[in-house]
Amino acid sequence: MIADFFFVLFAVMAIGGAISMVLARNPVASLLYLVVAFFALSGTFVLLDAHFIAAVNLIVYAGAIMVLFLFVIMLLNLGRSEKVDLRGPLNRIVAITVAGAFFALLFVALSAGSQTEMAGGMGQATVDAMLQSRGAVGVVADPMFRSYLVPFEITSLLLLAAIVGAIVLARRRAP
Amino acid sequence: MEAISGTAFVVATIVKTLVFFVILLLGVALTTYMERKVAGFMQDRSGPNRVGPLGILQVMADGLKFILKEEVTPEAAHKRFFLLAPVLALFPATVLFGVIPLGSPLPTPWGRVDMIVADVPIGFLYVLGIASLAVYGVVMAGWSSNSKYSFLGGLRGSAQMISYEIGLAMSLVPVLMLAGNVEMPVLVSMQQSFAAGPGTYGVWFIFPLLLSGFFFLVSGLAETNRVPFDLPEAEAEIVGGYHTEYSSMKFGMFFLGEYFHLITTGALISVFFLGGWDIPFWRGDNIRVLADGTVIGDPAWWKTLLTMGAFTVKTTLLVVFFMFIRWTIPRFRYDQLMDLGWKVFLPALMLYIMLTAVAVFVLDRAQIVGPAFAGALFGLNLLLMLIFLYLLDRGRLVRGATAKTRAATATEGD
Repeated sequence: MIADFFFVLFAVMAIGGAISMVLARNPVASLLYLVVAFFALSGTFVLLDAHFIAAVNLIVYAGAIMVLFLFVIMLLNLGRSEKVDLRGPLNRIVAITVAGAFFALLFVALSAGSQTEMAGGMGQATVDAMLQSRGAVGVVADPMFRSYLVPFEITSLLLLAAIVGAIVLARRRAP
Repeated sequence: MEAISGTAFVVATIVKTLVFFVILLLGVALTTYMERKVAGFMQDRSGPNRVGPLGILQVMADGLKFILKEEVTPEAAHKRFFLLAPVLALFPATVLFGVIPLGSPLPTPWGRVDMIVADVPIGFLYVLGIASLAVYGVVMAGWSSNSKYSFLGGLRGSAQMISYEIGLAMSLVPVLMLAGNVEMPVLVSMQQSFAAGPGTYGVWFIFPLLLSGFFFLVSGLAETNRVPFDLPEAEAEIVGGYHTEYSSMKFGMFFLGEYFHLITTGALISVFFLGGWDIPFWRGDNIRVLADGTVIGDPAWWKTLLTMGAFTVKTTLLVVFFMFIRWTIPRFRYDQLMDLGWKVFLPALMLYIMLTAVAVFVLDRAQIVGPAFAGALFGLNLLLMLIFLYLLDRGRLVRGATAKTRAATATEGD
């Protein structure tokens, strides 16, 4: 009962935030609406017992990446022009087609009764047992640092390379 | 004793939420009064002493004044966000308080009630997640006011808060290594004094993780936007910073938000490093709830009251300590602030995490557990702390103004 109430609350918040984000003319406003959507998404993750994902979603997306975006938009003073790119019949047709195709895909995927396959074939009982024995973080950490340690480390190396590359590009050339 | 469940759980949670929130609000009101008294003490004057006995009713007078003042909304402001910003400034600190364990479990006829509003399984990841939202209050206020000074304050605030959030999160990594768990009640039970058995250290984490505690304290102070880290609202440079355009109760909410943050930061430091609700040198309060629901030790209502008292004392002392800092140290320069965050804290914390990891690994291999483990780490931390403070001493890591000018003129001369 309470879970249903919160699901509806977060769902309305998420969809409302997403729609407001698209409709807002000002980039700062639309970014803040996106943060609302992220926050609501985290709420729905909690309702799905995915506590770790909820926390990481908040920390990484709402807390770090969005603040960075906000910072860049505010520093560069973007969004003074009111022109919208998606004008003209051709653009509209393309946009509607892509959105329609995406929703059709979602509909097919969900109506085929493939929800259990999405969770890796695990039932609710297995997930509950894992949560009981390893805790919300352990369930994610165990496979990440045991089975998939090498891919994990390679990903972090890749990110490090990107950071170093960005610094090299941004650095002023020596006179 | 079984944990409370069913309808009783819902009732207990609502009661806990209301009681703790009222306590927190009262605490905030008293903290504003305390700040003035501490300021008076530090500056050798009386502080407020006209309204009520010892001036304690000053809090009421202030609140009344906030509400009765005229409310001004700038014509050019972005109305919706202008209204939302003060709420967002209050929200994170208030919500964070819900995951802090405030005392030992309370036995009731309906079952055991844990003295924590929401025992979330992700524990302090929740803390980090919500703390990272704190920046939006400042940024939104600065941007929606549509005024130069507010905007500058908002920019400064966002840059500062992202920078020090890194310090805040990374200084908790060593805690994570020792605890091996992120649940807040487990963290407290690990630090209980003289507790024996697997999964306990018997000492507060401030000893084996001294340097971590220091980093957390400074970063937490920077997150609260108080002197010496109050650059987002530096009155000499940018009038009032992000809340320049706010008046009446809207300003009051920013004002109260600062004290909410102060109390929450103090409470978090208590939980992570000062043993939470643990009473030092007493075994009677060593009550642990294991993952499968069994309770070690015997809970009692007077123990709950005592431990909550201990927690309050710890938090209050930390808040007073923050106030002493505010009235002692002058404001940082902006480049010094950024240097400290990115060039000092970040590398130092990376090195510290590596060293702690190695130390924990070696001690684990040597089969050293409990207090001996903590003692060995304490020795290491004392050494590292001395080295760090020696290096941090003026001019070695963060350059002063004269050194900077000298360096600049030296380069020009070449």
